[in-house]
Amino acid sequence: MSTKESTFKNLIGKNGRALGSLGYFIILMLVFLIGAPEVMMRPNLHQSVFVMLPVIMFMVIPLVFLVTAGEIDLSFASTFGLSAYIFALLLKAGLDPLLCILIGILSGAVVGILMGCLVVYGRLSSLVASLGALFFIRGFLFVASDSKSISFMEISDHWIYDVLVGKLFGVPMQVYWAALFTIFSYYLYRKHVFGIHIHHVGDNPDSAAQMGINVNWVRISAFMYVGLGAALAGIFSCLINFTWWPTQGFGYLLLALAAVFIGGTPTWGGVGTIIGAVFGVGVIAYMEVGVVAMGMSGVWRQFFNGLIIILAILGHRFHGGRVR
Amino acid sequence: MSAIIELKNVSKSFGGITALKKASIKVDVGEVVGLIGDNGAGKSTLIKTLVGVHAPDDGQIIIRGNEVKNWNASKAREAGIETVFQDRALCPQQSIVWNIFMGKELKHRFGFIREKEQVREANKLIREIGFTSKLIDAESPVGNLSGGERQGVAIARAIYNNAELIVLDEPTTALSLIETQKVFDFVDNVKKSGRSVLFIGHNIYHVYDISDRFIVLDRGEVVHQLNKNDIEGPEALMKVMKDAVSKH
Repeated sequence: MSTKESTFKNLIGKNGRALGSLGYFIILMLVFLIGAPEVMMRPNLHQSVFVMLPVIMFMVIPLVFLVTAGEIDLSFASTFGLSAYIFALLLKAGLDPLLCILIGILSGAVVGILMGCLVVYGRLSSLVASLGALFFIRGFLFVASDSKSISFMEISDHWIYDVLVGKLFGVPMQVYWAALFTIFSYYLYRKHVFGIHIHHVGDNPDSAAQMGINVNWVRISAFMYVGLGAALAGIFSCLINFTWWPTQGFGYLLLALAAVFIGGTPTWGGVGTIIGAVFGVGVIAYMEVGVVAMGMSGVWRQFFNGLIIILAILGHRFHGGRVR
Repeated sequence: MSAIIELKNVSKSFGGITALKKASIKVDVGEVVGLIGDNGAGKSTLIKTLVGVHAPDDGQIIIRGNEVKNWNASKAREAGIETVFQDRALCPQQSIVWNIFMGKELKHRFGFIREKEQVREANKLIREIGFTSKLIDAESPVGNLSGGERQGVAIARAIYNNAELIVLDEPTTALSLIETQKVFDFVDNVKKSGRSVLFIGHNIYHVYDISDRFIVLDRGEVVHQLNKNDIEGPEALMKVMKDAVSKH
């Protein structure tokens, strides 16, 4: 085996899951391109995808950390709404928008920490505990807001609107912010002691504890990152829509989770891929518009969403199961 | 030769049951000591006392000639005693380098990893202790390694943690002949580097092959301490052990 060949094989081996996700994304785009060439060539279709795609990215990337740590969180879809609600209330109260955003993000991190503590110290299954939190927080939002939405058109006159969700070179600013967040998260995941400890804890928590890693803290901080990402997503969604509404974010719950798994992060913990998740989000975001673009009725969307998920995880199976 | 650690008349009991009775052992620099004894002979109590998991009820613990009071796990690690437990405490889905540096990563400021340095160091360590396969490097996942090689990764990690004495708890259990030989090669290399090994095993043949000296435990007491020269072969060692048991 030549060095060149082995380097190539090494590259494939190490990035198999991410490359697989890229593959699904390309196949999906080809199918849409063949099925609806005129629609898919229209730039405004892609622009509309890129308005909301960054919002999904903020949720999905931290979920990769948490799933790698061997946990799951469903409550992020409600944390999304809660942090956005806090942001909207403070904004309406006349606080400086920048401060509203910072407090909103902080609130998401705090909810994440509480969620983590509940799972770690309450020794609860993260699936069930976060399912409870999902409904609890959403229920709280309905009660607190009296099921009424809050709008704040005035934000569009503030400089922060242009910086966060304005346009640069014809591309929505949120795309740049999400890209920055993703790049930062990539380094955090692969090159930072935080991400590395997350891998160890998800792989074998007993070993990690024996080697002096604070397993509880690692788990809680992974939940915190998910809460923080959900808050970012919620606040960006508010800014894009000039509105907070009581069900905001709820619809992303299953799509965001699907993006993690289509992206090639397996359910069992210890491994995952940020780059794969980016393509996972791409698949999910284009799925939404592509099916309709191909002239099929919207009722087919979920059907194809499901099909894609099943095919994708079957495909990822070829990159190998869990090693023990 | 000077002793890295010496236990003098160490006793330990758990709720009325005496697990160790005035046990005295020592491990010298650069020697491989085999610890044998039947189930319940007190092997694991002795080891756990040696590595500081249990505090002794009575007796002295002497590190390089100086007595250490209030013996505990962190003092044992400070003294350069590292244990490789049966389950090896590895993360199989992670690379060799991540496993070697687990919990003790080399970091830049802000916690980013000094990756190149870690990989270089890990490659050096695994070559040093005897990994020869070109297919394995520091970035190979531990899950792709055989049982013996995984033991090697755990030993390499102990060396990285500045171990002067590596305690191997049943390292060849459930390993094939070839894999056992690999572990022996690793242990030989550890010895050549001037470190010591305390080798605990059920299999007398394995212990006989690898050790310079033997400690035979029975019912919490050290009943024999033998040099390899004093004994003719594994069968003779087996007989010593059986005789000790039959005296009851």
